Amino acid sequence: MKKLLLACLTLFVVTAVNAQNQTGYQVGDLASDFNLKNVDGKNVSLANYKNAKGYIVIFTCNTCPVSKAYESRKEELNKMYAAKGYPVVAINTNDPVASPGDTYEKMQERAKEKNFSFAYLLDPDHVFTKKYGAMRTPHVFVLQKTAKGNEVVYIGAIDNDQQLANPQRDNYVQNAVNQLLKGEKPSVASTKAIGCTIKWKKEVSK
Amino acid sequence: MKRYIVTILLILVGYGANAQVKLLTLNELEQRVAKGKDTTYVVNFWATWCGPCVEELPYFERLTSENAKKPFKVILMSLDFKSKLKTDVEPFVAKHKLKSEVFVVNEMDQQKFIDRVDKSWSGALPATLILNTDKKVRSFYEKAFTYDELLKVLNKK
Repeated sequence: MKKLLLACLTLFVVTAVNAQNQTGYQVGDLASDFNLKNVDGKNVSLANYKNAKGYIVIFTCNTCPVSKAYESRKEELNKMYAAKGYPVVAINTNDPVASPGDTYEKMQERAKEKNFSFAYLLDPDHVFTKKYGAMRTPHVFVLQKTAKGNEVVYIGAIDNDQQLANPQRDNYVQNAVNQLLKGEKPSVASTKAIGCTIKWKKEVSK
Repeated sequence: MKRYIVTILLILVGYGANAQVKLLTLNELEQRVAKGKDTTYVVNFWATWCGPCVEELPYFERLTSENAKKPFKVILMSLDFKSKLKTDVEPFVAKHKLKSEVFVVNEMDQQKFIDRVDKSWSGALPATLILNTDKKVRSFYEKAFTYDELLKVLNKK
């Protein structure tokens, strides 16, 4: 009994420590705007989207197999929701030295090849990747424009069907945005998924 | 006669499967642990495309070889896409001559899968689950390990 109690306690402490280590935004926080270079050479801020009611911000990259599996679904999301006020804004999380497939030129190639209709932005030194708290690619943050600012209303995966093999697919982001368009808050506000780690810039010292 | 052929076929399939990587659901993993003769199971979640996972694999392999005579088992659960089993996972296992048990996770719904492995898991790889069936201890780590760190958490048990 004592042992069990101890085990429970240990588990609790470990969980508490994990929770503390979590940085970045939680659902309900206000997200900061950015001004980042797009693949077309122009800078993009959330404020540029004059008619937006919110945003589907996707932290992603060129190289992760999971991100690649979602490429056409990102495009679909933008086609479905940009006109309704929720454009997709993709941000590359990866350092081009740590991940040579993620250079600005490679991003331009990919955007051209796949005909991205959404912005695909550079995030030098991971400033906004860290600020938002993206932990893997792809990692979605749905924002809703409010009087107070851009409120984070959903954090997680695009759906629960990475390999397009789940007949009971839950389209998390679609469901969230559909609810927002009806004036509701997303009933599922955060989800988990397997993703690639972010390829962080190597420290210069050492 | 028919029965013979079936038996021979089954044996052949069994042999073939030994050289291959199989799919495994979480339920099957639980059965594997419950019915296994070992008492310590180190279950590592990884993928061939995950850099830090590939870096720490040799430490798990070293655990396998150094504990060969103990009731100790390392199970490598790959989160590569099922469609990549033949093209990515099996060649990887062959190239690196992996001695630990290797499976590809066979689950439809990652959301449920991740929570079932551990509530605290964000879904980032690598992650490691250590089970001790004797002491009924279960600990989960969402991080990459060095060999010394692995020994440290194992000796705590």
